[in-house]
Amino acid sequence: MNSYLRRAVGTALLGALGATTLAACGESDNGADSKTVTVVSHDSFVVSKSVLDEFTKQTGYKVKVARGADAGAAVNQAILSKGNPQGDVFFGIDNTLLSRALDEGVFAPYRAKDLDQVPTELQLDAAKHRVTPVDTGDICVNYDRKYFADKELAPPQTFDDLIKPQYKNLLVTENAATSSPGLGFLLGTVGAYGDDGWQDYWKKLKDNGVEVVDGWEQAYNDRFSGSGGGSGKGDKPLVVSYASSPPAEVVGVKPQPKEGPTGVATGTCFRQIEFAGLLDGAKNSKGGKALLDFMLSKKFQEDVPVKMYVNPVRRDAKLPEVFTKYGERITKPATVAPEKITENREQWIKSWTSLVVK
Amino acid sequence: MAVPLGFFGLFFGYPVAAITARGLHPDGAWQFARIGDVLGDPDVLNVLWFTVWQAAASTGLTLALALPGAYVFARLDFPGKQVLRAVVTVPFVLPTVVAGSAFLALLGRGGLLDELWGVRLDTTVWAILLAHVFFNYAVVVRTVGGLWAQLDPRQEEAARVLGAGRFAAWRRVTLPALGPAVAGAALMVFLFTFTSFGAVQIVGGPRYATLEVEIYRQTAQLLDLPTAAVLTLTQFAAVASLLAVHAWTVRRRESALRLVDASHTAHRPRGVGQWALLVGVLTVIALLILLPLAVLVERSFSGPDGYGFAFYEVLASAEESGGTFIVAPLDALWNSLQYAAVATVIALVVGGLAAAALTVRGPRGEGPTRTGRLVRGFDALLMLPLGTSAVTVGFGFLITLDEPPLDLRASWFLVPLAQALVGVPFVVRTMLPVLRAVDDRLREAATVLGASPLRAWREVDFPLVRRALLIAAGFAFAVSLGEFGATVFIARPDNPTLPVAVARFLGRAGELNYGQAMALSTILMVVCAAALLALERLRTNRSGEF
Repeated sequence: MNSYLRRAVGTALLGALGATTLAACGESDNGADSKTVTVVSHDSFVVSKSVLDEFTKQTGYKVKVARGADAGAAVNQAILSKGNPQGDVFFGIDNTLLSRALDEGVFAPYRAKDLDQVPTELQLDAAKHRVTPVDTGDICVNYDRKYFADKELAPPQTFDDLIKPQYKNLLVTENAATSSPGLGFLLGTVGAYGDDGWQDYWKKLKDNGVEVVDGWEQAYNDRFSGSGGGSGKGDKPLVVSYASSPPAEVVGVKPQPKEGPTGVATGTCFRQIEFAGLLDGAKNSKGGKALLDFMLSKKFQEDVPVKMYVNPVRRDAKLPEVFTKYGERITKPATVAPEKITENREQWIKSWTSLVVK
Repeated sequence: MAVPLGFFGLFFGYPVAAITARGLHPDGAWQFARIGDVLGDPDVLNVLWFTVWQAAASTGLTLALALPGAYVFARLDFPGKQVLRAVVTVPFVLPTVVAGSAFLALLGRGGLLDELWGVRLDTTVWAILLAHVFFNYAVVVRTVGGLWAQLDPRQEEAARVLGAGRFAAWRRVTLPALGPAVAGAALMVFLFTFTSFGAVQIVGGPRYATLEVEIYRQTAQLLDLPTAAVLTLTQFAAVASLLAVHAWTVRRRESALRLVDASHTAHRPRGVGQWALLVGVLTVIALLILLPLAVLVERSFSGPDGYGFAFYEVLASAEESGGTFIVAPLDALWNSLQYAAVATVIALVVGGLAAAALTVRGPRGEGPTRTGRLVRGFDALLMLPLGTSAVTVGFGFLITLDEPPLDLRASWFLVPLAQALVGVPFVVRTMLPVLRAVDDRLREAATVLGASPLRAWREVDFPLVRRALLIAAGFAFAVSLGEFGATVFIARPDNPTLPVAVARFLGRAGELNYGQAMALSTILMVVCAAALLALERLRTNRSGEF
């Protein structure tokens, strides 16, 4: 359909269908004016209202959020609409998806103001600054403290521990093909055992009775015995989740316990770094740059743990008490280079599926 | 016919064609070789085979369990019938991940069956089939039961008087009359289970994947558009052949029927047979539908300090609910209702016009004229959205509706539009059997007596169709309320719908989030049941006008 016709048909239809309802709802959606900055993100993106108000006070820009589904879908939507983006800034692309989006030219370069406050090992695009690291999260095995205390068994701490006979049939993980923590755990084993060792490790893990379910919700709420959500209905005391899940477990619990019901096996972690970037073709790139600067400010950085259960990247950002008291700092996570992940991801998932699921 | 065609062309055909073309035509050259590559892959063939047979088995099982239910709801009177009819539709609006979890609590490890008899069905095909019956039971009860309640029971009685046995009378009189409605219901159940996404993997485990799962992965995760395009075309081919079979079986069957007012056809159960049937149907509903729903309600009330409204109370404020949302989670209810109302209006207008267009007969009945064929093609087109991936439509929207005046990517209006796409087929399938059953001679008589076409329609068609229209409206509303696949791509964070909010709570650790997810799910169920009940009430309003 040529664009003229497209426009004519569109106008007619919209006129017929939309005019009445739009009027009834009393809000215009074509807010692409110079006073708003639009963030495109995935479904886990949450910021406190007070923090966003602070940004508006400092710069005069209002923030609008346009959201996709999960992180993978959101990134791919951004790649599909490159050049004519849905907003000005993209937030939430992680190191497992980064290299493809960079190759596709989704982002425009910009060096955020406080970047020197961020450790260099997190700056994966330090040469060109097309993306800015904003937060990190670790995918790790969580354990149910009560189970191991009752059994008088030390909880596992490393990948190697998980294949020991005393932990047989205790671990539940997610489908690496469809679930983000599932993939993270697989990548962690690739990082720990290398290209030629990870398959062997999974064979042993399978022999040791690892259970694979569809997604995190099922693994954590339905199968894991330590989650408050499932009221301990599950019978697996080990689950692949996040290093920040134990702090999340104690939120809203009164009175606050001495230690959380769940712990983290610190030697089973894979680090995800989340980045934000200025979208190429942004309508309001000035506002977008201001927002990127703001994302590295102390105010924003200290808000991310509370809202998204991830760690700030700024060295001097303070963690809330719930994190320091109930969480663990992961010092040596497994890592895999972003280019390598992009190159081999599908092949790894295929091998993993035929090895573990079929 | 122009309005529905335009609607479908613009909001379904065009986006889907665009995303498929981008996959097969990446750099200005058609890549047909990919078709062979993808379809030659044994893994893909296995997935395709599994998808088809589980859908066929699910459809068969759903019909077997739900047709007696359709009869009971249509022909028998019992206390609480209307409430129960609304409740069996509730599964339809539940997010899969929630319903899946309830199912696992019953069938899975340490579940109810496990504790009673040591039976575990999770990770089996049986769990998948039962979950599909749970979701689709209402489709059969509503579409078939709606027509059944309006069939004139005297015709069957006449056959009995002429010496036919009870079963023979039913087989020769009632069954042929119900044929199109049964076929339509079977078609919808098949399409739903054919594109089933979450339910299969949640209750069956990661070993089972449908084509839909593959399309989602290839499109949303890997952005392998060529492969996704081939899979989408495969899905289309399967759906198209199914539609062809459906059209062929129904074509010879649709005939004018004697329709009567539904309120006169139902009676209290008489005799052992009817009582047994009633008890049997109620038992199936209790075990298969009420029990899983009860699990969720129970969880929503079991707070940290025993049973109570703790999880409901925190829903009212953004702060106390634990900071998952910028707005109070309860606002999601209001958003959902607004979207669903708009989507229902769109679906009724588009679907109603389409059904009317499909009823217009060629001269001398349904000859194989060109218009007849065209009309059948149009009918099939309307069904296609049920057999298409939400992710294909979602990504298609993104690359086509991105220029003024149609830059709808950030518009709230996209949500009800996407929801209406799924609602329209329901409206058409519910209205069509009834519209086609209206005897043309009644219309002719009215015209001869001097009525204008509009007046004839109002006096003849409308009273007979009103009931179907309300059933259709209820369906469209429920579909919109529960739609998740497309909404999740386009709903804005400050305007989450109920299913989106539930999913977001479930994605976070901690008892507070889980409890609120269950509480919101319960609210969703109650709202759905209440809306459907209100529509039932309208139905019994005898004034003949809305």
